[in-house]
Amino acid sequence: MNKFFERRYVVTGIFIVIIITLLARLFYIQIVDDRYTLYANSNVRRTQIVYPARGPILDRKGRVLVQNEPIYDVNVNPKEVRAFDTVAFCKMLGIDKAGFDKRLAKAIKYSPNKESPFEKQLPVEMYAALQEKLFEFPGFYVQPRTVRAYPDSVAAQFLGFIGEATPRDIKRSNGYYRLGDYIGVTGVEKSYEEVLRGQRGVKVQMVDSRGIPKGSYANGALDTVARSGERLTSSLDIEIQKLGEKLMKDKLGSIVAIEPSTGEILCYVSSPTYDPNLMVGRERGNNSAKMYNDPYKPFFTRPIQAYYPPGSSFKPLSALVALQEGLITPQTTYNCPGYYMAGNVKVKCTHVHGVVNLSNAIAGSCNGFFDMVFEKLMNARGPRNTTPSFVDWRNKVNKFGLGAKLGVDIPNEGRGNVPTALHYDNIYHPGRWRSSTIISLAIGQGELEATPMQLANIECTIANHGFFYKPHLIKGIGDKDIIKDEYTQKNYVGIDPQYFEPVIDGMQNVVEGNNGYATARRSRIPGIIMCGKTGTAQNPHGKNHSLFVAYAPRENPKIAIAVVVENSGDGGNYAAPIASFIVEKYLKGMITKRESGITVDEFANMNLLPDLALYQHDLQRERRRDSIRAVKADSIKKFKADSMKKATQLKSAKNNKPGSWGNLFAGRGKGK
Amino acid sequence: MNNNHSQRSFFFNVDWVTVFLYLIFCTIGWFNIHAAVFDEKHPSFIDSNTHYGKQFIYIIAGVVVGMIILLLESRFIATLAPVFYVVTTLLLIVVLVIGKNVGGNQAWINIGGGFRLQPSEFAKFSTCLLLARYLSSVNIKVTEVKSFFIAAAIILFPMILIKLQPDDGSTLVFCSLIFVLYREGLSPYFLVTIGTMITLFITSQIYNEYYIMIIIVIIGAIIAYANKRNRQAIFKTIAVVAVCVGFVFIAKPLYNHGLKQHQRARIDVVLGITTDSHGVGYNQNQSKIAIGSGRLWGKGYLKGTQTKYAFVPEQSTDFIFCTIGEEWGFAGSVVVLGLYLFLLLRIIFIAERQRAPFSRIYAYGVASVLFFHVVINIAMAIGVMPVIGIPLPFISYGGSSLLSFTILLFVLIKLDSNRMGIV
Repeated sequence: MNKFFERRYVVTGIFIVIIITLLARLFYIQIVDDRYTLYANSNVRRTQIVYPARGPILDRKGRVLVQNEPIYDVNVNPKEVRAFDTVAFCKMLGIDKAGFDKRLAKAIKYSPNKESPFEKQLPVEMYAALQEKLFEFPGFYVQPRTVRAYPDSVAAQFLGFIGEATPRDIKRSNGYYRLGDYIGVTGVEKSYEEVLRGQRGVKVQMVDSRGIPKGSYANGALDTVARSGERLTSSLDIEIQKLGEKLMKDKLGSIVAIEPSTGEILCYVSSPTYDPNLMVGRERGNNSAKMYNDPYKPFFTRPIQAYYPPGSSFKPLSALVALQEGLITPQTTYNCPGYYMAGNVKVKCTHVHGVVNLSNAIAGSCNGFFDMVFEKLMNARGPRNTTPSFVDWRNKVNKFGLGAKLGVDIPNEGRGNVPTALHYDNIYHPGRWRSSTIISLAIGQGELEATPMQLANIECTIANHGFFYKPHLIKGIGDKDIIKDEYTQKNYVGIDPQYFEPVIDGMQNVVEGNNGYATARRSRIPGIIMCGKTGTAQNPHGKNHSLFVAYAPRENPKIAIAVVVENSGDGGNYAAPIASFIVEKYLKGMITKRESGITVDEFANMNLLPDLALYQHDLQRERRRDSIRAVKADSIKKFKADSMKKATQLKSAKNNKPGSWGNLFAGRGKGK
Repeated sequence: MNNNHSQRSFFFNVDWVTVFLYLIFCTIGWFNIHAAVFDEKHPSFIDSNTHYGKQFIYIIAGVVVGMIILLLESRFIATLAPVFYVVTTLLLIVVLVIGKNVGGNQAWINIGGGFRLQPSEFAKFSTCLLLARYLSSVNIKVTEVKSFFIAAAIILFPMILIKLQPDDGSTLVFCSLIFVLYREGLSPYFLVTIGTMITLFITSQIYNEYYIMIIIVIIGAIIAYANKRNRQAIFKTIAVVAVCVGFVFIAKPLYNHGLKQHQRARIDVVLGITTDSHGVGYNQNQSKIAIGSGRLWGKGYLKGTQTKYAFVPEQSTDFIFCTIGEEWGFAGSVVVLGLYLFLLLRIIFIAERQRAPFSRIYAYGVASVLFFHVVINIAMAIGVMPVIGIPLPFISYGGSSLLSFTILLFVLIKLDSNRMGIV
């Protein structure tokens, strides 16, 4: 012992204090702070998404419209990238060094230590070459996926296409979609997205510090199995769809054919169309830009988005409304001098028809007769009391599905236009407009506008003698013929069945008649009675649009159709023959020789594309209308905000929409 | 009497507690090295292709060396102290010439058979020994200036040679011998001054110099006020405050110019000045993740994912504590640190029961060196100290370090077994 003996306690004290400090720190990071467990997990776990195959879409007879093809995406995790032979790598992917740097920078921007897409959609051959060498490129992974493939390249606007989820999609999906995921953008791909996409699976792997997989995490406790998307059976008939697209080649317009007894859409042609395969693969960007800039707008879904004045094709509807009102009878006649005097206004008729009854007026498309009918309708409550009569008329027309969305299972359907009383009040001052002011509505002109879908739907209603099913394109999901309830409900239009026969007589004569006024007589189908009505939609910027609506056969109707050929003149010239080919093909499975000598090839080879200079003008008008619609939508939003109650109602209505799919699944689950 | 006993048995008076602790540490090390570098192709503990197989050989060698030391005469060890010192010093010079550079430090001499010798590890032992020998000489007192400088020179000389390698970690280890000097009478102000300097140096890197200055001045004012009747104390306080403030203001330039880039980077990470968990901070960040994710009971033997999948570099050597922290959790950490504390306290206990100052001083040397290694190593692994590559005694993988710690400890055990003698 020496005099500094007590210093041992100081040294001991220092030792103890410092070691306890270390223990305190250990206590903090091991017990208190639980972030490190998360960090360790994120170090060692790599979650790989197992993408389910998207559901294929078949036609009504089970033939494939769209299926899947394997492709491979290259992903990169910047954290794991080490020095490697970039030249060889770039060569393999067919990119240059600048492209490599750009892609890597983008990936780093997304996340420096998470996997993100580097290059997409490598074809199988490229994948095979890359796979062999992949171990030489640390941090790069190949993610197998499938892309859409369209064996027959038809029905592009119906099927729509898929594309990468936008940041907005990702946000709206509450994080379901991730960067690089595909999502339905248009058409059925969009409206049936939840069904088609299936359910993603995940595979959680353990990786070492160099990112080399070391087996599944916790024996796959966190893994989930991917469930393939449901197969959709569409109501489309691939045969007549192909024929329709062939006939509409080099023309603008659309063909919509519906099975009246179900509301199933059989044919859905929007022309010009495009090869859906162009919207797949690495060239997609270029192709889509090209099509987007195409002045004829192939992405414009004419069957549900284009508005046309129905013209004379509106006449049967007019007649039905008047018959139901009791304002005319089938025996009502009009002596057509070649015009009609609506008050002081002289309205021209196409011909001097002489004395015509209802059926003859339809067959001969006598404007005078229908101007008379319209005046009777408008003056039902007295000639100076037009507004209530107009409102009444408008409601009846609405019931046929005009002026509102039909509820087709394809996004972005247009509502067409049936003018309101308010509309005329604004133009003419309330109470200052008369039947003569709006006489052009009588013959389907004026402000009246309808989509081809709506026109075809009117024919369904006539074929069914008074009701229609909401037109729809999908008739079955998976193995079951499940469609939404709304597609199996009859929508009555408020016209008693007995009023249809005289109208149909007239329509039959449009095709079958012999009196020289039968505007579609060239389109007679041997052995099939087709009831139709031609129409000519006036086009101030060029040739009129040719319209034809019909259904066939007269007894036990199988198909209702509306054909619009833009800028081609009278309905009988182009629209009716095209419709007749579709109808015949559908009913007989073949096309027979016609009396009139018209052939499919003759029509298929016609080029009726309008002069671009004139067409651009139309487009501009269309855009203006779109912008007006957008403004309207805004004012609706404001209105919503004003009324809390309504807003919540609307909200719950909105919520119900996806919910119905949820119910669908729930139902299926129970069934099993 | 005593002589007779020691002749009767080599193991007479051996401190079995320490020997037992030594074996426990070796076993803990061996198992954790096994976990840290586990290789499925070579699962056996004694497969000499692996670190754990080699470590087993080192442990056997360590035990043999320990036995041999117990066979030696205590007097003999004390006598040879200068020889050991000269030999290790020569080796430290040799290593600078023909040494093998590993990881930036020219610290190893190839001795054939795939084995390498790290002279700096042995220098710790010989320095402790010579320091003990010198300070225990008659008429030598640390309190005397001349003796102090000679003692300091004994410590500094190997430090300079090691710094030339430049192995910062091993160099710093010698600083721990300040405890020895303190125990032998060095003014406590030395410890206080060093502690203050370290505190001021670190705080002035993080906080604004002016705030620190204000705090120092306030503290100084309080002390001065407390001693307001003692003029001399007031003057002293003013002088100390002035020095401290001056130091604060030179600390940053000193830091920026006195340290190398990589050293600054490591310190910055610990001080939180920079966060670079991918570059220079990678090791420490991953090490923290490993230890932190161990929670209370750990993930279990061979089940640590950080460990198994090699997220922490150098895990069998400098970062071996990660394996303990991850696989054995806080419980394991407490056990290991507790055992170290127990060993250190045991050594101090042993030191104080020595009759001979030589043995006591040497024991304090051993305690200081071990303490420094343990604290720096673990503090580094849990991110409270910059990365300084020094091994965890008896546990880290490595023949040189295990053998040198074995020698360090067993010489103490030998000296202790002769504690009744005067050396």
